[in-house]
Amino acid sequence: MAEVVLAQESEAIAKSGGPRPPAAASVPGTASSRRWNVGDFVFKHLTMLFAVGVLSLVFLMGWEMYRGSSDSIAKFGWNFLSASTWDPVRDEFGAFPFLYGTLVSSLLALVIALPLGLGVAVFLAELAPSWLERPLSFLVELLAAIPSIVYGLWGIFVLVPWLRLEVQPWLGSHFGYLPLFQGPPYGFGMLAAGFILSVMILPIIASISRDVMLAIPNLQREAALALGATRWETTRVVLSSARSGILGATLLGLGRAVGETMAVTMVIGNRADISASLFSPAYSMASVIANEFAEATTSMYTSALIEIALVLFVVTIFLNALARFIVWSVTRRYKTS
Amino acid sequence: MGSSETVSPPQTTDMESSTEKQPPEGHESFPAKMVAREVNAFFGKTHALHNVSLDVPEKHVLAIIGPSGCGKSTFLRCLNRMHEVAGGSMKGTITLDGQDTASIDAVDLRRRVGMVFQKPNPFPTMSIFDNVAAGLRFNGMHNRKKLEEIVERCLRQAALWDEVKDSLNKSGMSISGGQQQRLCIARTLAVNPEVVLMDEPASALDPLSTAKVEELIYELKSNYTIAIVTHNMQQAARVSDMTAFFYIGELIEVGETKRLFTTPQKKQTEDYITGRFG
Amino acid sequence: MERDAEIQNVMTTGQSLYHRWRKLKNHGMTTVSGLCLLVAVVPLLLIFGYTLYQGASALNLDFFIQMPKPVGETGGGMANAMVGTAILIGLGALFALPVGILAGIYLAEYGSNPLGVAVRFMADVLSGIPSIVVGVVAYIIVVLPMKHFSALAGGVALAILMIPTITRTTEEMIRLVPQSFREAGLALGISQWKTTVRIILPTALKGITTGILLALARAAGETAPLLFTALGNRFWSTAIDQPIGSLSVFIYDYAKAPFEDWNQQAWAAGFVLISLIFLLSLIFRFVTRSRYGEF
Repeated sequence: MAEVVLAQESEAIAKSGGPRPPAAASVPGTASSRRWNVGDFVFKHLTMLFAVGVLSLVFLMGWEMYRGSSDSIAKFGWNFLSASTWDPVRDEFGAFPFLYGTLVSSLLALVIALPLGLGVAVFLAELAPSWLERPLSFLVELLAAIPSIVYGLWGIFVLVPWLRLEVQPWLGSHFGYLPLFQGPPYGFGMLAAGFILSVMILPIIASISRDVMLAIPNLQREAALALGATRWETTRVVLSSARSGILGATLLGLGRAVGETMAVTMVIGNRADISASLFSPAYSMASVIANEFAEATTSMYTSALIEIALVLFVVTIFLNALARFIVWSVTRRYKTS
Repeated sequence: MGSSETVSPPQTTDMESSTEKQPPEGHESFPAKMVAREVNAFFGKTHALHNVSLDVPEKHVLAIIGPSGCGKSTFLRCLNRMHEVAGGSMKGTITLDGQDTASIDAVDLRRRVGMVFQKPNPFPTMSIFDNVAAGLRFNGMHNRKKLEEIVERCLRQAALWDEVKDSLNKSGMSISGGQQQRLCIARTLAVNPEVVLMDEPASALDPLSTAKVEELIYELKSNYTIAIVTHNMQQAARVSDMTAFFYIGELIEVGETKRLFTTPQKKQTEDYITGRFG
Repeated sequence: MERDAEIQNVMTTGQSLYHRWRKLKNHGMTTVSGLCLLVAVVPLLLIFGYTLYQGASALNLDFFIQMPKPVGETGGGMANAMVGTAILIGLGALFALPVGILAGIYLAEYGSNPLGVAVRFMADVLSGIPSIVVGVVAYIIVVLPMKHFSALAGGVALAILMIPTITRTTEEMIRLVPQSFREAGLALGISQWKTTVRIILPTALKGITTGILLALARAAGETAPLLFTALGNRFWSTAIDQPIGSLSVFIYDYAKAPFEDWNQQAWAAGFVLISLIFLLSLIFRFVTRSRYGEF
């Protein structure tokens, strides 16, 4: 706000015709205060217009998708989300298999990425010496910059064969009594999708958790250490203070996992099955849109796919908004204390 | 500049006293719980303490005074090796009951030499009860009944029990600043330290809370050795038995509080006390 | 008040065994978290290493300047795909830059009010929307009215994806410019908007540009939204109202294909892509750090 106040004061002085440094007269456009008013007014409102444009973009998107899926919504109603038949030939569309696929792959990714990401965050925020922390943090953030398609590439040619030849047979022979690890080892399938998603969301969880932990004031660490706590015990105290921020980081990671398309499409197997086994191929909401949208023949087909996009839209907005709210309130609490 | 090493009585020369290993003048009356000899502290390139030799007398209150930036907090933190946490290093020796603190495990040392900070810092996600019990739990005590006993006793010692006994489950941050500081004192007492270090414990508090904390210090000294850093000379005069005056990283003078304040031996001490600087 | 002898016991003697356990836990946990870091960094190295290793053999000059060869013939390149990506991000930038920069200026200059808070929040929300959803929106608002796929639709999708990043970067870079510059301008009697445009903005320009380049590089890696907007094109095309090829879709098509030769080309293209992104990330980090001190 300081600069606005300063600017207003400057304008007030200028308007009162107070003393002006000689150089001002030679600066074009400063001769009359009336022209300043207009220029500032126009500039401010021009930028405001575009800012409002950004704001309304989200609503515009939601509205267009709602309209585009109105046919499908009218025909199927809420059943769309619970029905399992996806039959483009007969214009019968039930999205449950995709919901299931997205949900399970994302949750699997969370189960793997959350403890690992927290471990990384703890190391970076509390235990690593500062000369090591910065380059390492950069490396972790680079992971987030790799495009989805390259993850998919690596997924098809490296991850899937590894799963098919090593991991899944091992899991099957040791834990095959669990329904989770039954069925032929295709390589492609839910496990591959969950795995690759976990690598993709790990940097998000790690970076944000690290930021939240670094925001915890040192005073708390000192209090614990002065009581005779070990480094790890002190870290546990910090983690406890940071827990809502870490929750926010987890939600953001989940949001990213839910919306991931290319990497998942290339390894999930793309079969609309619902199975308890992690080995079986599956289909996610983003994948079905990616695979079938360009070739959707009927308008009902397109409408159904748009409706799936709308569901994704609503879910990710909800997760993101909730997460940012939580992270915001945590860091705000420490700024004001 | 006055003596930079040990304090010398008016008659002896600086050279004589500096070659001796005896405790500085003015300490003979009280046996020392912690002994600092030729302590030099460094933070990176900054030489924060110069050849400080000082005794912390057992079961008495030692006040450490001086203008800001003179190293008094640094010295305090060297006593429980908290200076290491901020990246500092130390030359010289500090002993606790005759044992070199550098040879004691830092975690163990900090339990025996507790610290209360300038800004009250209760753990925000813990209740009042859990705050006091925190140190005990770190050390492996989980018996609920024992914990309740100790928590009550320490809260009483900290003169906070009556005010919070019905709200022990409330957050440690839900009480006033003065109460939070007494909570931190109770938390420090719970792990049964032998020495309690206090870094300007009342400077962030209102006058009423300050008075309560001072009363507390006075009562605690029969059981604990206390070293308190303060910039408030009246406070030092009120609560302490011995006072040490620091200036720009050096110990200028140390002696019985009454004597130091009425007849200081060094000019710098006198200037500071009479308010000519600091 | 006396000290409880029992507590003293627990705290000192009975403590030594538990004490050693605590120290063990301390070291153990440090090791565990260090291991987590290793596990996190390993995929990064693996992915980068693999793309380099696999793609290097297909990387030659032909790859960059030739067109894709028909099925069955070896060799060929991705020239049209690279040009396509350039055109797509050019179109995206055309739409996103004015919107993002001006919105960012608004947030930095006038944005400490509820509207600013709302805009910032929405920009963050926008950045969390999956790119495939953005592609669907671009389909609805461009492809449907035009009745066919086009580079324009792809450009619109990429623009929507870039706007939040550009807005935030602009705002942050402007905020980083020291107040003294602004005060100097105003004290000279220059109006506020001129001070912003002619003094503040040029000062922040270096950081903003690098941020924009980073956003462009990330957009170049987007695949999902292009699948049904720009679609793809195996032939040379620079027309905006026609489908157009892109590096990312190229990788997708060639990775799925059953020809090993094509798979290798996919790796090579992937290598080009991530090298570009990594390089720009490094530059961004370097520029923003050296200019205004440690981040």
